[in-house]
Amino acid sequence: MNKAFQLPLLAAAVVFLTAAAVANPAREAILAALATQAKAADPTFTAFSSERGAAFWNADHTGGNPELPSCTSCHTKDPTAEGKTRAGKAIAPMAVSQKADRFTDQEKVTKWFDRSCKNVLGRVCTPIEEGDIITYLSGK
Amino acid sequence: MNRVNWLIGACLVLLAGPAVAEGTRFPPIKDAATAKECSTCHIAFPPQLLPARSWQAILGNLGNHFGEDASVAAKDNAEIVAYLMAHAADAKATSGGTRYLKGIATTATPLRITEIPYWRRWHSEVSAARFKSPEVKSAANCVACHRRGAGILHRSRAGGVVRLCFIVGLSPERVLL
Repeated sequence: MNKAFQLPLLAAAVVFLTAAAVANPAREAILAALATQAKAADPTFTAFSSERGAAFWNADHTGGNPELPSCTSCHTKDPTAEGKTRAGKAIAPMAVSQKADRFTDQEKVTKWFDRSCKNVLGRVCTPIEEGDIITYLSGK
Repeated sequence: MNRVNWLIGACLVLLAGPAVAEGTRFPPIKDAATAKECSTCHIAFPPQLLPARSWQAILGNLGNHFGEDASVAAKDNAEIVAYLMAHAADAKATSGGTRYLKGIATTATPLRITEIPYWRRWHSEVSAARFKSPEVKSAANCVACHRRGAGILHRSRAGGVVRLCFIVGLSPERVLL
């Protein structure tokens, strides 16, 4: 192949693959449903924010199990790294770049937000919080 | 003295090696929901280690599972509790289950395997600091020390050494750590 074409083709492939990893239809549908709920709860809501998601992920919260004040208590500050449960079992990275099927199974997403939010905050998370976290981890 | 202990310990490891590799083993968990749901945050613990009433109590309170919400779908919960109770220490299907029940009052419902006298006896020489160390993290992390294969929890290699240490009157803590 002509060398002149190789680099642009490679670049196009990288862009395509990156976009494919982020824009998974199942994940998009989950985010769209959360956006609808977010809008219903707060009419001023416009879009999910990766920055808000990052802040929420790294923050120390109260109201849940004092041993688990933050998402990072189990998942670590680096979402591309493996986490660890209180019982010492490894948790696969939450970052979509490391595990492409993250946030693509509605049942699993609901189950784990319900559990984890209760454990860390002592309450369910709002649709905005959930959408922000998914958005943050999709870009990681 | 420490050096002597180490030498004796090394000999015991060599002697004990092949014998303890066989070890006591628990049958693998054959129920799909139990194997999947109970092994997400920790290993799926052998149901033989607790009486049926304990499993019933634990599965009845997954909303607060030792400080965490570990709720599962109602149909999975029913399947899991049935399986665990059918393979509990006091279940008909469990052979030799009385050794796990020894020392548990019939009026007591232990909620942790680490509470039962059988477990405590075998782990009495492991220091609290060892359980809390970064590589172990928790006494619930059996596989930090116990070899695992095909869903079977084997007796740890150290277990055999510990037993031999008791027989010859050495402190296993000093030999092993």
